[in-house]
Order: sequence, then structure tokens, then C-alpha cells
Amino acid sequence: MPKEYKTPMLDELEKGPWPSFVKEIKLAAKKNVMSNDLLGLLERSYNERLGHWKHGGIVGVFGYGGGVIGRYTDLPEEYPEISHFHTLRINQPSGWFYTTEALRTLCDIWDRHGSGLTNMHGSTGDIIFLGTKTDELEPIFKELTEAGFDLGGSGSDMRTPSCCVGPGRCEWACYDTLQRCYDITMKYQDELHRPAFPYKWKFKFSGCPNDCVAAIARADISIIGTWKDDIKMDQAEVKKYAENGVDIFNDVVLNCPAKCMKYDGDKLEINNNDCRRCMHCINVMPKALRPGDDKGAIVLIGAKAPIVEGALLSSVLIPFLNIDDDEEFEDFCDLVEEMQDVWCEEGKNRERVGEFIQRVGMGNFLEAVGVEPIPEMIAYPRDNPYIFFEMDEDEEEEEE
Amino acid sequence: MPMFEAGDISVEVDEDGFIQDPDLWNEQLANALALTEGVETMGDEHWKLVKYLRDYYLQFGIAPMVRKLCKETGLPLKRVYELFPSGPAKGACKVAGLPKPTGCV
Ligand code: SF4
Ligand code: SF4
Repeated sequence: MPKEYKTPMLDELEKGPWPSFVKEIKLAAKKNVMSNDLLGLLERSYNERLGHWKHGGIVGVFGYGGGVIGRYTDLPEEYPEISHFHTLRINQPSGWFYTTEALRTLCDIWDRHGSGLTNMHGSTGDIIFLGTKTDELEPIFKELTEAGFDLGGSGSDMRTPSCCVGPGRCEWACYDTLQRCYDITMKYQDELHRPAFPYKWKFKFSGCPNDCVAAIARADISIIGTWKDDIKMDQAEVKKYAENGVDIFNDVVLNCPAKCMKYDGDKLEINNNDCRRCMHCINVMPKALRPGDDKGAIVLIGAKAPIVEGALLSSVLIPFLNIDDDEEFEDFCDLVEEMQDVWCEEGKNRERVGEFIQRVGMGNFLEAVGVEPIPEMIAYPRDNPYIFFEMDEDEEEEEE
Repeated sequence: MPMFEAGDISVEVDEDGFIQDPDLWNEQLANALALTEGVETMGDEHWKLVKYLRDYYLQFGIAPMVRKLCKETGLPLKRVYELFPSGPAKGACKVAGLPKPTGCV
């Protein structure tokens, strides 16, 4: 008979109309002893205001160096069922498309071998299986691979690339995020499963500047859809929005970060040369405005969340890439590999590429990876480029 | 603390099976630990890796980065995983008697 835990603190978190992880753990605990002990431990942590997980175990499956994160409680005698509570990351399909059958297969595997608790999906994008024992790892891995799934990344490797739903469902997609995310995942399987970098290395693909996977804030390589030509406009639809009560002047024109819109109560005008492709106006009036036709992606480098050093946003590396074109995509991959090499060679242990660039300077980094600096390489739209342009010899002579 | 026992060996290990006192390491212990990481017999290349890791650790007090390990031993990463299927961090470091490598996961 599993222990019964009283959980007055946790019960508070079941109140209210919103989803509750406590409800979910309780459901799982009805048929799973691990989830049951988890309830007890969590209640205790809340009472003591103290976490009872130890930091950083090293466990895994044969052949891989990543994908499993070791977790142990420091109270194994009292909560024996969760003395081990390892997390598995499982590579999600591009855009998180599943058949119900695939979901059932995953959940059945997890019910047999783990706590039954999942996180669909973690902030890395992966399917997260929460809580299992070391002995179960190889059997889970075997069943997963037989079902066509594979582990994702963890530690100092290429993390599982992730992308927004893109052209799968979204009309704003400026390139095929699903395809390119899949391509990068398949091309760099070694880098994904066998950590050999100074630190993590993340790719995120967003189809447009709405950036639904937060690529600009969280990926070392952020690939964000954009367009080069003018925003497409349908003045008749603009009128309809106005008639239906949209305050175009206040909610659209005044909120345009580039201040490049004009509205006289009848006609809307955009100075596309100054537009920052931020999507705001398009989001407010999707029927009237659309991204242009000349679509592609902007590649940015160096974002990270604040773990070792402070947070960084990515800055522009390639202002426009026709990423749907196979040749341009191949060139992009070559550049990626070049950057990996430089960072691996010169980067310090646990130094993200963004921090590395900060340390050595963007100019030096670009030189090392063989990219010509151009004025579009900026950290903020319409900002000064951060490259210090030196005059070449001819210019210097002229000055003299 | 759990104990690792094999034949007449008995040493303290952490929950992942890494020995706690690097000074207790010897080749006999390495052979026994290797068995737990899917290595049936320690060959020349296994020892080359393990000795490199140990020397590096004794000199610098940390494990080398994986890329450095491959470069200095001349063993490509693929070969390292053939030798130690659980990889350089979990497999080779454990056999070499290094404390558990830390890193963000
Ligand atoms: S990032 Fe853009 S293209 Fe992708 S789902 Fe969001 S709005 Fe759509
Ligand atoms: S996309 Fe943004 S910057 Fe461009 S016109 Fe619309 S609101 Fe202004």
C-alpha cells in the first residue's frame, strides 16, 4: 500500500479555475508510486521552504552523452520511490505535430517505465518525461526508438532545435520553419547526441518577427522570418477595420516603433524604407496588411538566458537569407560549422557563443569565421552597427 | 553513501557510481568500474584515454573539455564512444576515477 500524504499546502494550488500541476500529479499518483512520493516530497519542501533535489547527476544511455538529466532526492530513505527521478528529453516533431496514436504510444511507454508525468513541452521545445530510475533508462530508450522517437539534447551539445508551427498552420510564415528545423536536426545528429562543445548550442526557427519560439532571446542561432519588399495593403479592408471600431490612429499608427505610418482618417500610408518589420500593424489588422512577397529569414547570433552571465539578445549576422533555397541553406550550414569551430577552439568552458563574441569582439569573431562586416549587423533595428569600420588604405591616403 | 563492490574492492561512490576519493584509484579498480560502463576489456586505446584524463585531472584539478581530449589523444569522438559507449563524461571519466564532471544540463 503506498503511503498516504496529507498535502494542505499543495491543495491550495488546486483552487481556482486554471490548470493545476498539483491536480495532475494527484491524478498520476492514483496509479503510480513515484508520483505519490513526489507529492509527499513537494509538500515537505513547501513547508520547509527548501528544495530536496540534488544538483546534476550524470546518467544516460549507451551511445549518447546527452538527453537524460540525472536527478536524485537528498531524502532517499524517506521517499524511496523517487530516490532517482531522472528527466528525459525527447526530440519533438517539427511544429509539435502528432497523431493521437503517437501520443498514446509515448504515454504508454512512460506509464510502464516512469512516473507517468510529462511536460508537453518544456521550454527547450522537447517532450519532457519527468521522473524515472537509472535501470529503466535503456528499456525506455529501446521502446522509444522502436516507436520512431529519439532523445533530445542536454549538456554541452547542440540542443534539440525547435521551430514555430510556421507554414503548417500560420499565414505569416516567411519560410518553411518545419523543414529547416528538421534539416538541421538530421544534419547534426552527432552534435545533438554527443556533447563536445564548450556549452550549449541552440537553434530556434521562427517564421516571422512575431517570433513565437522566442528565438531572439533564447537561441545562440536565431533564424527569424522577414521580408524585403513592401507591406501589402488593402485600403478597403483598412476602412472596414475603422468602421468596426479599430482606433487605427492610436492603436496602429502611434504604436508603430518606426513611426513610419500615416493615417488621415481615410487612407493608411507606410514608409516601407523605415519599417522595422515588427509585425505590429499586421497583427492588429491582419485582413488589411500582410508581409510582402520577397520573403526569407534574418539570422541572428548570440542570445542566451541569464545563467552564467547576464541575459543577451541575439544580434544580426545575416540580414537576409533566402533560406528556402537549398544552396543558400547549405552556405548557411557551412557558416554554422565555421562558427562552431572558432567557438570550440577559442571558447572557454561554459561560455556561450554570445559571451564569447562579447569577450573577443564582434569584429574579431567575424574575421575568424570569414564574414565581411556590413552595416546591417546591428543589435537593435535602425541602431548604429557595432562594427568599428576601419578605413582601408586608399581612403586613408585620401584623407592625408 | 553507496559502496561499489567487486571482488575484494570496496570503495565509496556517489549515486552515479563515481568514486569519491580519487586517491583510491588504481588499475584494478579501473577494470572493475569499466565493466559497469559497458566496457568488457580495457584495451590500449581505453588506457590511453583513461591515463590522459587522469594526468590532466591530477595536473589541473578538472576534466579537460571533450574537444581537447579528442585532439590530445588523437581519438575522434566517434571512437571515444565506441570505446566507452556511455561517452567521455560518464564512461571514461568514471573509469579514470575523476569526480563527477559538472556542467549545466
Ligand atoms: S512566429 Fe510568425 S510564422 Fe511562426 S507561428 Fe508565430 S506568427 Fe506564425
Ligand atoms: S511592421 Fe512595425 S515598423 Fe513596420 S509599419 Fe508596421 S508597425 Fe510600423
